[in-house]
Amino acid sequence: MTLPRRAWLALILVAAVLAALPFVLQLAGTAWVRIANFAILYTLLALGLNIVVGFAGLLDLGYIAFYAVGAYVYALLASPHFGLHLPFWVILPLGAGVAALFGILLGTPTLKLRGDYLAIVTLGFGEIIRIFLNNLSRPVNVTNGPQGIARIDPFRIDGFDFSRYEMLFGIQVSGPIKYYYLLLLAVVAVIVVNFRLQNSRIGRAWEAIREDEIAARSMGINTRNLKLLAFAMGASFGGLAGGMFAAIQAFISPESFVLVESIMVVSMVVLGGMGNVWGVILGAVLLSFVPEVLRWTVQPLQGALFGRQLIDPEVIRMLIFGFALVLVMIFRPAGLLPSAVRKRELAERAP
Amino acid sequence: MDTFLQQLVNGLTAGSVYAVVALGYTMVYGIIQLINFAHGEVVMIGALVAYTIINALAPSGLPPAAVVLIATAGAIPVCMLVGYAMERLAYRPLRTAPRLAPLITAIGVSIILQHLAMLVWSRNVLAFPQIIRTESYGFFGATITNVQIAIILVCVLMMAGLALLVYRTRLGTAMRATAQNPQVAGLMGVDINAVIAATFLIGAALGAVAGVLYGTYYGVAQYTMGSILGLKAFSAAVLGGIGNVPGAMLGGVLLGIVEALGAGYIGDLTDLCAYPFLSAALGERCANGGEFILAGSNYQDVFAFLVLILVLVFRPSGLLGERVGDRA
Amino acid sequence: MNKSFALAIAAAVALLGCGKEEPKKADTGAEKKEAAQAAPPAAPAIEIKIASAAPLTVKTPHLGKDNENGVRLAIEEANAAKLKIDGKDAKFVLVSEDDQGDPKVGTTVAQKLVDAKVAGVVGHLNSGVTIPASVVYNQAGIPMISGSATNPEVTERGFKVTFRTVGRDDQQGPAIASYLASNNKPKVVAVIDDATAYGKGIADEVEKTLKAAKVQVLPRENGTDSTTDWKAVLTKIRGRKPDAVFYGGMDQTGGPLLKQGRELGIKAVFAFGDGACTDEMNKLAGPAAEGLLCSQAGIPPQAADKKFLEAFKKRFNVDPILYAPFTYDGANLLIEAMKKANSADPAKYLPELAKISYMGATGKIEFDQKGDRKDAEMTIFTMKGGKLEPIAIVKAGKTMSYDEFVKSAAAAPAAAPASAPAAAEAPKAPPAEPKK
Repeated sequence: MTLPRRAWLALILVAAVLAALPFVLQLAGTAWVRIANFAILYTLLALGLNIVVGFAGLLDLGYIAFYAVGAYVYALLASPHFGLHLPFWVILPLGAGVAALFGILLGTPTLKLRGDYLAIVTLGFGEIIRIFLNNLSRPVNVTNGPQGIARIDPFRIDGFDFSRYEMLFGIQVSGPIKYYYLLLLAVVAVIVVNFRLQNSRIGRAWEAIREDEIAARSMGINTRNLKLLAFAMGASFGGLAGGMFAAIQAFISPESFVLVESIMVVSMVVLGGMGNVWGVILGAVLLSFVPEVLRWTVQPLQGALFGRQLIDPEVIRMLIFGFALVLVMIFRPAGLLPSAVRKRELAERAP
Repeated sequence: MDTFLQQLVNGLTAGSVYAVVALGYTMVYGIIQLINFAHGEVVMIGALVAYTIINALAPSGLPPAAVVLIATAGAIPVCMLVGYAMERLAYRPLRTAPRLAPLITAIGVSIILQHLAMLVWSRNVLAFPQIIRTESYGFFGATITNVQIAIILVCVLMMAGLALLVYRTRLGTAMRATAQNPQVAGLMGVDINAVIAATFLIGAALGAVAGVLYGTYYGVAQYTMGSILGLKAFSAAVLGGIGNVPGAMLGGVLLGIVEALGAGYIGDLTDLCAYPFLSAALGERCANGGEFILAGSNYQDVFAFLVLILVLVFRPSGLLGERVGDRA
Repeated sequence: MNKSFALAIAAAVALLGCGKEEPKKADTGAEKKEAAQAAPPAAPAIEIKIASAAPLTVKTPHLGKDNENGVRLAIEEANAAKLKIDGKDAKFVLVSEDDQGDPKVGTTVAQKLVDAKVAGVVGHLNSGVTIPASVVYNQAGIPMISGSATNPEVTERGFKVTFRTVGRDDQQGPAIASYLASNNKPKVVAVIDDATAYGKGIADEVEKTLKAAKVQVLPRENGTDSTTDWKAVLTKIRGRKPDAVFYGGMDQTGGPLLKQGRELGIKAVFAFGDGACTDEMNKLAGPAAEGLLCSQAGIPPQAADKKFLEAFKKRFNVDPILYAPFTYDGANLLIEAMKKANSADPAKYLPELAKISYMGATGKIEFDQKGDRKDAEMTIFTMKGGKLEPIAIVKAGKTMSYDEFVKSAAAAPAAAPASAPAAAEAPKAPPAEPKK
């Protein structure tokens, strides 16, 4: 990658801003750091889903299942539930790996399915995973069922505990700030992987499959393996995000992995622009901040206009998701920041 | 035996409701190959409109059957309007777009309809006034109520009516022509837009009826009821062979029965203590009437999804559907 | 290092302009609102923020509002009483946050409350949210009292700051189960739950107690929190001929369950937990609801402090739905502990809270080591003519009929430490908010 000077400058600037961001947010309250952390977590998820949906063109409506798998792997191996306390650098990759296995498990039987059927099957798959997590407390207690798993270990390196307040170099650093940097690191890694993939043989093969599977196969592309690879890679990022979620929350239960979450991540990818990494990031950040923005705008506005809340912000948030999906598909099918290829492809519509 | 028979009755009734919803999926899919993800929400709106009307008329002293009929008559036009608006505003602009586009739109429409309904009817579970006196009839140890009989009858009537419409009328001919090849049908003088709109209208009307059936049978309705019902009905449509009218009916009833028998028997079947050699191995757990049930009724919602996945993987055309090249 | 950080911050501030402005603006907005609520500045006054956290927009907003109203009433009464803490006029301010019943939002909300430097929190409503949120409160050392989170895990993690005024699943489950076992003497009981943390939690405890009482319990059956078709499960149960059916779940699923059970001709007694112990059952199940047994944590609203009920009704124009008396007590406990410690500093009043003994709207409240309520009372109700009527009180494993309880309670005030002499009217008349 040879970048022009100005691009380097911009990159350094962005890096500086991102590095300083949590301290700025901290001024407004640590809660904002937490909100930023969740935004990054969703960005991770959206980037993972982007590999499946954006690159390979396989709509996955059950993506949150992999997030759940990653979270549960972490929770089971680092909590008093089984009395296991493995270090996070062991479990996180393991969680990503197990999630990738589940990705292949989902991918294998559905290889032949066409787009819209695949979408529905993945949705079913996501629900099945959730139902299993919710019920695997009997006859042998594996997941602790709907009560979830509490007291999950935070990330810890040699007594450096990510969840605690600490004074570092004379600056007060809270738990959420430490996690912020960790998440940022993860998201940067995933962005790099995304870009490298996109421009690799694999990425181009995915693109070919997305455009026309039969043509791709006749060009000698091993569509089966590549589709499975897409599922596995997407799933492993979901698993990674899940593990971090479990550590940050210290508690997980199946109710965090419902269908609405899957749809939210899909909305982020679709709104931002399927297949375009920057677009997906934009979509994820935008939609993650919607509830907060609404809290500060719509609520006081309604209070001022009508003296009470006519429409709950949560409803407005869901309506925004719904309308985002519909309007984007109709008026800007390639998303807010379309990828070049996708744009071309969607402009010349199928007969 | 009486338990088994009762489970069949349960499954048949629940399956009849699925079947009527599945008809809506199958009609739309048959014509434009669109999974109208939001069809479950049309059913939900049908049920909620019926709730409002029945609630208003309950104290009037009209005979219960008349109240339900009026409610149905009120729900149908509302649902048709919703169905038409959906087609016109969300799906028609995307008719030539790649297949995933309308599906994503449909998810959006589904979210929008749910939350609009929530604004109108609140978040609460709404209890239908109990106007119909339930009469139970016993046979061979099983009981069936008058409401259940009515639901099964309505379902059969709906399917018969729809089959007549599709195979015996001009509109039906136009629909089948559009389903086979919209371009050619258009060249032959079929107004494709009108035919597709009509399909949505009919599907929505069926959805309204399904909503009323659901509401009067279970006695409750809520703005979220459409999504899981819709998914199950879609599974039923796929099972029967999507795009096929009798298939939807068959798939619905079969799915209902699979669910009822599944919830009824899977616990006993997966109780390891019931198998002598395993129960010996489990020892303590099985002593004194203990159990070691791998999966009980807690997995009952899994059946619909399993059916869906198995059918799509092994027989994508479903039980009654014809094998079509690019169907799955 | 320090310097470069500072530089980076400065750069970010300069660059971020709008990104940063938003939260700031919001903050001042919030402060303004609080300032507007505050009374005209009296000479030495302190403002004490007490938070209520519950789902106000999703899942169970009616219960969330109910919880918030309980806290609001307690705070308004405390303000009207013109308390002095540390020699200053105490001005209590309610900070209400919506946790959406979502664990993720719950931790963010908890952090917001910590940032806002609230003195104490009454919440959250759901156990699933309370558990992760309490981690945040624990780190900040802010006391939290839940009036509705019944999952044992809430207080099982050794946190010094977590309390609850409501009974745990493993207090409530045994209450209804032992009542059932001793009164209806069933041989076989079917237990169903809705596969939620609440429903499964209480059903597990019921099963344990019944088994201990040598009652045969059928293998667990399940639905979900949105199940409407219970017929398959009920048909299976019917085949086993149970004498009683217990369901752990909410009224919206319990209603159809009961109705369909009777339709299938099941004659057994149906017993439910507090989630389905509401007047709504009458609407949802119709005539089938008659004879239903159910339990609520605490003493029944009829027996609860009349003054509280009247004040609540007068202030909000509705009756408390479920947990409002518990959150009302929760807020009062915080205030009482602050008064005793003569400080609103969490570190100072926390020890007072832990050893408090207080007559609240839901009866006498003392906490044990974990922060759970000692000997919480449970009430058993039955549906009679479309209304829930209390029939018995279970306390510390002992069952007493409701009439007996009323009589003994009427005699009790003389002995109770914190009660007022005006016990003639109400069966039990502890002062709703302390006036000294």
